[in-house]
Amino acid sequence: MTLYVLRRLAIGLVLAVLVTFITYLLLSPSFDDIVVSKLGPTGATPEAVAAVKTDLGLDRPIVVQYLDWLGGVLHGDFGISYFTSQPVGDAVASRLAVTLSIVLVALAISVVVSVTLGVLAAYRGGAVDRIVQSVSLIGHLVPSLLIAIAFVYIFAVKLGWLPATGYTPLSEDPVGWLKSITIPVIALVIGGIANLSAQIRGAMIDELHKDYVRTLRTRGIGTRSIVLKHVLRNAAGPALTVLSLEFLTMLGGALIIESVFALPGYGQFAFTSSLQGDIPVIMGITLFGTLLVVGVNLLTDLVNGWLNPKARVL
Amino acid sequence: MTEVGVLDAEVAPEPAPAPGPGRRSPWRRLLQDPQAIVTLVVLVAYVVLGLLADVIASHGPNEASLQAYNAPFGTDGHPLGADSSGRDILSRLLHSINTSLVSGLIGAGVALLVGVTFGLIGGYYGPRLRSGTEWVFALIQTFPGLLLLIVLMPITKGDYRFTMLIFGFLLAPGVYRITRNQVLGVKNELYVDAARVSGLTDRRILGRHILMAVRGPVIIAAAFMFGTAIAVQSGLAFLGVGNNQVPSFGAMISEGFKNLYSEPMQFVWPSLALGILTAALVLLGNSLRDALQGARRKPAKIAAPVVAPGAAVGSASPAGADDAGAVLVVEDLAIAYPTPSGELREVVDGVSLRLGPGETLGLVGESGSGKTQTAFATLGVLPPEAVVTRGSIRLEGREVLGLSERELRTLRGRSIAYVPQEPMSNLNPSFTVGAQLVEGVRASTDVSRAEARERVMALLTRVGIPDPERTFRSYPHQISGGMAQRVLIAGAVASRPKVLIADEPTTALDVTVQAEILDLLRDLQSELGMAVLLVTHNFGVVADICDRIAVMQEGRVVETGETTEIFTAPQHPYTRMLLGAILDEETVRTDGPAAVAVPLGTDA
Repeated sequence: MTLYVLRRLAIGLVLAVLVTFITYLLLSPSFDDIVVSKLGPTGATPEAVAAVKTDLGLDRPIVVQYLDWLGGVLHGDFGISYFTSQPVGDAVASRLAVTLSIVLVALAISVVVSVTLGVLAAYRGGAVDRIVQSVSLIGHLVPSLLIAIAFVYIFAVKLGWLPATGYTPLSEDPVGWLKSITIPVIALVIGGIANLSAQIRGAMIDELHKDYVRTLRTRGIGTRSIVLKHVLRNAAGPALTVLSLEFLTMLGGALIIESVFALPGYGQFAFTSSLQGDIPVIMGITLFGTLLVVGVNLLTDLVNGWLNPKARVL
Repeated sequence: MTEVGVLDAEVAPEPAPAPGPGRRSPWRRLLQDPQAIVTLVVLVAYVVLGLLADVIASHGPNEASLQAYNAPFGTDGHPLGADSSGRDILSRLLHSINTSLVSGLIGAGVALLVGVTFGLIGGYYGPRLRSGTEWVFALIQTFPGLLLLIVLMPITKGDYRFTMLIFGFLLAPGVYRITRNQVLGVKNELYVDAARVSGLTDRRILGRHILMAVRGPVIIAAAFMFGTAIAVQSGLAFLGVGNNQVPSFGAMISEGFKNLYSEPMQFVWPSLALGILTAALVLLGNSLRDALQGARRKPAKIAAPVVAPGAAVGSASPAGADDAGAVLVVEDLAIAYPTPSGELREVVDGVSLRLGPGETLGLVGESGSGKTQTAFATLGVLPPEAVVTRGSIRLEGREVLGLSERELRTLRGRSIAYVPQEPMSNLNPSFTVGAQLVEGVRASTDVSRAEARERVMALLTRVGIPDPERTFRSYPHQISGGMAQRVLIAGAVASRPKVLIADEPTTALDVTVQAEILDLLRDLQSELGMAVLLVTHNFGVVADICDRIAVMQEGRVVETGETTEIFTAPQHPYTRMLLGAILDEETVRTDGPAAVAVPLGTDA
């Protein structure tokens, strides 16, 4: 088991290195433009550009530049922003905290609601099933961007119940924090439930049609045990894969939500840094984003392995 | 912002059913679906409006005029008004359509091209090449999605076409996986083998036969990806990623959002246009899915069999009058299933059976004759769509039809039990053999966990499992098919049922194991005094262990009698035909039925 975890971890790290390297490679043709825009239109004489490039180490071969960056990362040094001189690690971490606090709360709510709805819809049918199908359809039909704006308009502008924009850190004011994330979370939850509940319903139905369900019934075992223990356990694998993808989808959705609600999150940070061409920050953002993906995938595989005895033999 | 369609198709990979002869083609079905027609019309309208953008609008999309500043709806020359820069809203909307459609075409096109190509290669050629393609797509999936598109702004320079090109690669893994799975599913089909044997090149086979087989799920995924690409492009434009000279719904929504309180219509127009476009694509994707893969699955209710309202259910004669000496009586049982047109079609039509204590009755007939449906009805585990339209099933004198699932549960295990056909699929793969058996014992008796465990261990020994301790701790995939069938028999007899329903208990097993399992059933039967209803199509099995036989054809019992009688003097032509089918096998029938040396694997 330990060997398996280590192997998966190694694969994940290799992927993360490749992703950041490819990103660096893709960015490299624009380094000249970035330096020019940093110097401003008047100051960008060829000599000044060359001097700044030497100063930033951008005149070295790409691979050397990348390895230099990677070496720093391995020592916990993510570089310093070209524009704010802030250490990249701190800056990225604080933005990520905002985004994750919204995404994780939204994901938790989506999971609880979706599992309940999906399971009920799969083995009871009837009204619950119709609700799940309609919620899923509506959630897919309306772009999440429009849902978010509609919520701001109704709850913040018209009703004035909640702040329309801005973020209050949890450590400062828990109630204020809750208020500031409520609408963004709801906007994400709608899309989340639309996706997850339909998928969990489908996975449960697939599993309920299996032969062993009938055999368990013929032994006098109760419906509750069959559905919640036997079937849910087997449906959890496919559902978990969907959940991990949903987490990543929500991270993407959060980028837009942050913009609507003016939250100082990861997406906003990525946007402004990319506009400026702040290479160390862009690389830091890419690295943390990639590590999130790798981490979520690893976690999914591990839990799947734990759920599925066939994958457990190692 | 979702990749719904792609995920959908991936998690529940339902193979597209090949349209059989006489069935309408999927495209005909699509054109008879009003939802598909409406959405197609909407999409065509968008395309036409986009193409005619310069003709319809009298202004350019970026043409700003000071006079038109925030012009209201219906202003002369600006039918939908103008925005805060004095640009014509109608013109911007029409040109935004083109931006969206081009985004969808590039995003979905690249994803399809990359995903399908590598999916075909990865699926068709050997595992070594496949592990290469798997790596590449694992790598693509590790890129942090939308974030990458933002981060690469310095290099895309905000050109949405370049951005969508990259996004197409990010969407490709979903298509790759769908294609690869489909190819793995069909590449060993006989028609592909035939093509290979007849000397077609791999390229031809891939291009013609395999691509045809995988096109259904891929077309569905394409519709959803088209919508996803449009949504992502709008989202990015809303954020401000992109050239502000390119009119797009996202940019218009963003501007409208800034003026939401003063000029709400500037927000409403692009939102409506984008909302209708993406909704049409999602609905079209759903219609395509229904047409190409069949209707979506209905919930699988766990409930007692449905009895048709007003059906004559229950004993026709005074309660159990003729039940003397029978543990199980089935009388005039009829079971129907709804057809696509909504009518009920009977698959079991008036079946009557009697099973005395300790007796073994063989229920014989070809596939589709209704024997398994009859067996499921006695256990109360018919599929949720089935409807009992008339008849009576009495277990130890008690009417079973009409009982609730809860009431049935008290009978199952103790009074009636079941041995299935396919041993592996009838064990839950996620729980140990022991845990599953213990739960069954505890559900049908009042013993403690420790007692139940003891009883299960004894049972496992009794059914001939060499190392019961180890089997108890094993997961189903760790034991052989023969062992699994012994485990299922142990589970069935655990609470000493009066009636055992065995549905083709040996069909899925090796020939050598079949005889052992039949011996075990016979021994257990005499030991426990159970009555056995043995469903089979194998006359060898029948001759081996049944006292009496009931022959079923097309939902009816056509002949019932002692095994010896039926073997020596079959009355019904169908019975004669079934018996004739096994006698083709050069086997000798000289000493009467007990000695009929029919190979056990022979199917009648």
